[in-house]
Amino acid sequence: MVEKQYIELFEQYREEVDKHSAEGMNRLRDAALETFKRTGFPTTKHEEYRHSNIAHAFDADLGLNLRNIPVKVSPYDAFKCNVPNLNTHLCFLVNDRFYGKVRQGELHKREQLSKIKPDYYDKLKQEEPLPEGVFAGSLRAFSEKYPEQFEAHYGKIADYTGNGTVAYNTLFAQDGFVVYVPKNVTVEKPLQLVNILRGGVDLNVNRRNLIIAEENARVKLLVCDHAVDDVHFVVTQVTEIAAEASSQVDLYELEENSTKVTRLNNLFCEQQERSVVHVTGITLHNGFTRNNYRFKLLGEHADVHAGGLAICDKKQHVDNFVFVEHTVPRCTSNELFKTVLQEEATGVFRGRILVEKDAQQTLAYQVNRNLVMSDKARMFAQPQLEIYADDVKCSHGLTTGHLDEEARFYMQARGISAEEAQLMLMVAFTRDVVDMIRIPALQERLVHLIDKRFRGEFTRCGNCEICM
Amino acid sequence: MLKIKNLHAIVEGKEILKGINLEVAPGEIHAIMGPNGSGKSTLASVLAGNPKYEVTRGNITFKGKDLLEMAPEERACGGLFLSFQYPVEIPGVSMVNFMRASINAQRKYRGETPISASEFLKMMRDKRELLGMDSQLVSRSVNEGFSGGEKKKNEIFQMAMLNPLLSILDETDSGLDIDALRVVAEGVNRLQTKENATIVITHYQRLLEYIKPHRVHVLYDGKIVKSGDPELALELERRGYDWIVNL
Repeated sequence: MVEKQYIELFEQYREEVDKHSAEGMNRLRDAALETFKRTGFPTTKHEEYRHSNIAHAFDADLGLNLRNIPVKVSPYDAFKCNVPNLNTHLCFLVNDRFYGKVRQGELHKREQLSKIKPDYYDKLKQEEPLPEGVFAGSLRAFSEKYPEQFEAHYGKIADYTGNGTVAYNTLFAQDGFVVYVPKNVTVEKPLQLVNILRGGVDLNVNRRNLIIAEENARVKLLVCDHAVDDVHFVVTQVTEIAAEASSQVDLYELEENSTKVTRLNNLFCEQQERSVVHVTGITLHNGFTRNNYRFKLLGEHADVHAGGLAICDKKQHVDNFVFVEHTVPRCTSNELFKTVLQEEATGVFRGRILVEKDAQQTLAYQVNRNLVMSDKARMFAQPQLEIYADDVKCSHGLTTGHLDEEARFYMQARGISAEEAQLMLMVAFTRDVVDMIRIPALQERLVHLIDKRFRGEFTRCGNCEICM
Repeated sequence: MLKIKNLHAIVEGKEILKGINLEVAPGEIHAIMGPNGSGKSTLASVLAGNPKYEVTRGNITFKGKDLLEMAPEERACGGLFLSFQYPVEIPGVSMVNFMRASINAQRKYRGETPISASEFLKMMRDKRELLGMDSQLVSRSVNEGFSGGEKKKNEIFQMAMLNPLLSILDETDSGLDIDALRVVAEGVNRLQTKENATIVITHYQRLLEYIKPHRVHVLYDGKIVKSGDPELALELERRGYDWIVNL
């Protein structure tokens, strides 16, 4: 049993784990351990994981940085991660630890930076502070500064008693990232969190994110995932979003990892009345990815827009699982997930929509389109609608197919080569998912990156294309 | 410019073209008429290189080169243009990008540098005005959400942008109201020079009131059964196709 070594490790080193974590994180560990012992990691025997064996990823000799030994990382390495033209508040996580911004750092680092990257240094100098009361930083600092907020949300949204991967994350997570936006505050400039994976040995990293938008608060967050070193990483990430009444939260995640990275992502979002949440996950380059998105609509007139795009070749694997729960009347959910598979890649989409008995006048839409470019690529797709209310509008559309040959011929008939036409059509296929992103500069950049991705101009993340 | 000799073609195992012979010289306009299912659109598709059709016998030369040896994009770059009977919608590819990619592909083929942004925009504007097209249309995805008439106008717009040597208009008149028909025909006429040629494929004589052909051919059951001067089109209009079929 693959879980045994991790349970033993935890029991043996619990003190170390606790010592380097925020106090509040430790309080959930008993319950998480109990769940993990009971459920273990999901395997292909679990219906919802039929095509993605999670346990398998852990069946390896992985290191865990339980003692919080600092990972060598130089800020200017990290600064590779910056979407040009995208003016953001920038933060970093190195593996699972929050990396203090350079502008808050020591003087010599600033000087160093001013020499190495003068442009960036100038930009930092000009950077305006976050609005009053907004917190963007480490979980630990947050738990000390806002203990009540931390208590009220951490581990309250993520279901760590039912899901083995989430339980495992809750067991080992020691730090992470928090965005907290108080009532009536709008953060105009998007926040950008860059997750950097560094390590000299194969590593397991367990990361937490917590996003709290209080009543009528607005915030946009871009999260970029990058593996810098050429070792195996198994990353669990749990993100909790509390979108309170009339708040607006945008979360865009961009994965650009090497083929040696396993990303096990669990996002839990709870929405109160009239809140609007946009979540779009783009897998530009990866190894093995499982994204679980779970949205609970708890207040009337709440809207959620969930988008996903996966571009895979080689033996890459992306499994997107979306579960939207309509528990109250008059909410809207809108899903658009697309996959492009080349070579021997595998894609999975499962979209579950649950409309409870009282959730009348629900609008729930789900679209899943998949493009399979090779005979050896495989796509598994399954919609799952459970509707217990009688006055609802729900629809789902699912197609998996090849490139539109007529469109390609039409383009060729205008002089465009077959290869170029194919590329343009693949980029076009991704367009409507990109359009769901409400940061125009990021949209533009993504179109460019997707084009490069299809042209095979970058095949691994080493020099971080998004981040120059 | 174009020489078709004893052309036979099949689609899904069924022979549609059964020995076509046709020659088109620079400066000429040819009309190909014929009842439904006679093979008119198949001929257009074969000329453009649609892979769904297989040529089993015969040959085609275009400017002295073996057309059948050329990929569809090579034919286009060589100056052959097909106005599609059913223009294809391409969501996610804007008309602007589509046209720029087409023009630059053709320029590259001729060994020319890519078109400058300003020249391209001016050309787009000029040709759009020639066809009386809404500026909104060219900023949208290719043919997406276009009405039937808009799609046909868009074909002639592309033809104007690409300035081909040989244009094949496949049922460009179908789905057009009388005003749109006039605009499209005027566009085609203005693009006609001594150097280029046009093949107009149509079911009705209506379009030929606006585009005056030099020769009219009647296609029936995969063969050209009669060729003549423009009078032939009028006679067809009066008497239908039956009298030719029964010759």
